[in-house]
Amino acid sequence: MWEQIRENQVRSAALIVTMGILLLLIGAVIGYVFLGSWEAGLIMAVIIWLIMNLVALFQGDSIMLAMSNAKKIGPDDHPRLYNVVEEMKIASGLEKMPDIYIIDDPAMNAFATGRDPEHASLAVTSGLLNKMSRDELQGVVGHEIGHIKNRDIRLMMLASILLGAIVMLAWYATRIGLFGGFGGRRSSGRGGGIVAIIVIIVGLLLMILAPIMAQVMYFAISRRREYLADASSALYTRYPEGLASALEKLANGDTKVRAANKATAPSYIANPYYRGATGTGGDLFATHPPLADRIRILRAMGGASYRDYEQAYKSAKNESIIGKGALALAGDEKVAIRPPSPSEDKLDVQQQIDRVRETSGALWKLHNYKSFNCGNCGAGLKLPPGFKGNKVRCPHCGTVNQV
Amino acid sequence: MLIAIVLITIVVILIFVGVGIYNGLVGARNQTKNAWAQIDVQLKRRHDLIPNLVETVKGYMEHERGTLEAVTQARNLAQSLANAPVADRAKAEGELGVALSRLLAVAENYPTLKANENFLALQEELASTENKIGFSRQFYNDCVLKYNNMTQMFPSNIIASMGGFHAGEFFEVKVEAEREAPKVSFAKPGNK
Repeated sequence: MWEQIRENQVRSAALIVTMGILLLLIGAVIGYVFLGSWEAGLIMAVIIWLIMNLVALFQGDSIMLAMSNAKKIGPDDHPRLYNVVEEMKIASGLEKMPDIYIIDDPAMNAFATGRDPEHASLAVTSGLLNKMSRDELQGVVGHEIGHIKNRDIRLMMLASILLGAIVMLAWYATRIGLFGGFGGRRSSGRGGGIVAIIVIIVGLLLMILAPIMAQVMYFAISRRREYLADASSALYTRYPEGLASALEKLANGDTKVRAANKATAPSYIANPYYRGATGTGGDLFATHPPLADRIRILRAMGGASYRDYEQAYKSAKNESIIGKGALALAGDEKVAIRPPSPSEDKLDVQQQIDRVRETSGALWKLHNYKSFNCGNCGAGLKLPPGFKGNKVRCPHCGTVNQV
Repeated sequence: MLIAIVLITIVVILIFVGVGIYNGLVGARNQTKNAWAQIDVQLKRRHDLIPNLVETVKGYMEHERGTLEAVTQARNLAQSLANAPVADRAKAEGELGVALSRLLAVAENYPTLKANENFLALQEELASTENKIGFSRQFYNDCVLKYNNMTQMFPSNIIASMGGFHAGEFFEVKVEAEREAPKVSFAKPGNK
């Protein structure tokens, strides 16, 4: 819906530009110290950055999905997940259905990726599917669709590429500088004496500080975007409690995804690194805001609109999160919170078993296992992809089935 | 000379801003139309699901012939009214919703039916279609709200009044939208 949360766009853009300037500075200093020319360094930095951008733009999402070991599903593989995603797609007014992936991992987590809303993907772990009620799953999917709709993915991609380029340049420069000596400039014999020394000192400081500054900025963008996606989720679902209770489950459970790494971590709904990712305070190096804060804000909402989220955020943090433009477009209209879905919270044991079966069944199928039911007792049987025979004995009742 | 350049620049900037706002308004208006079409898509989907549901349920619910026939009739009526005035359609869709929820409530009393995979899949589809009708309605209302706010807010209201973008027209449609898809709760047994 109110897709351009513009003020935030501007604020994020400012941070990106600052990071870009940092990168250029580093390039220039490296050029000056090692190659004897500012321009060569600048050009080198820009080329590295461009290459990384191209790779990320066209391969970023598939690299991330491959690294996370995610399997793509269709409408029949896991109807519940597919339907919930479609519901949120409709509620957000997204034009194209995002690709949906399941990550086979008992931890609970989810992420969205892709360079724009037309090329977006969304991945959910099987642990999350097993443990979340429909309303909670809807809240999580709403949060991810919010990331897609607010165009956070491209922004975070830009930011992470800049960060990567800065870290890389600084790392190589300090290694070469330490082991090769900062002699390149001096041995070129063009003199400059005191200027050269100052440049080298400033350069050294920059090499050490720039990666840290870039990271702090990167994480600041990332945390802000998490709050905004929460606001979007509340608006789409009209039910902030769904996401709040999902986040509570994440806080008390295991969000540590095996396949996650430093590069992919900020894309997840909760930090995939720490078991029980509660986190406290405003840590500068946290990719995600503390779950407790996010839950508190969602539960303090008086309605489901951006205005309500803004109010709840303000009373918790004493600052503004949603831009004036988006608030003005949202108007003063009251957006009511809907009642919870019936009977979802009190699933009986059989329903819980069915839910786990549904997900594991989808995963078997995605690994090319054939499944059929025993003709006698109805037990679900699975055949591995390479199975050549035409008869299978049911391990449950002993009946021999024709395949 | 300088004044002329400044004036021309200002005019050009104003034209650009004006065109931008105009395009924004057109975009918002088209979005409301698309959102309206989405509701239709979901209603049609519900019509398509029902024959399947009735076929699956028939064998298990011998004694509920009346309930089943009511659903089929309501569905056929709603489908035949697909191009009728909105008020008639809304009424037919509302009756279909009621008949459906009655059928699903009765189904709770048939444990063997509830164990049927086909039925479970259909139940998920129907529940989700109800949600989708609700969400497409919600998105439509969000769009109308945004569009109306744009036509009333400065400075886009100037362009809106010049270009003939009327908020009022759409407010009527918004009311129709609310009548279009009645709220169907998938009631628990004994809770009609």
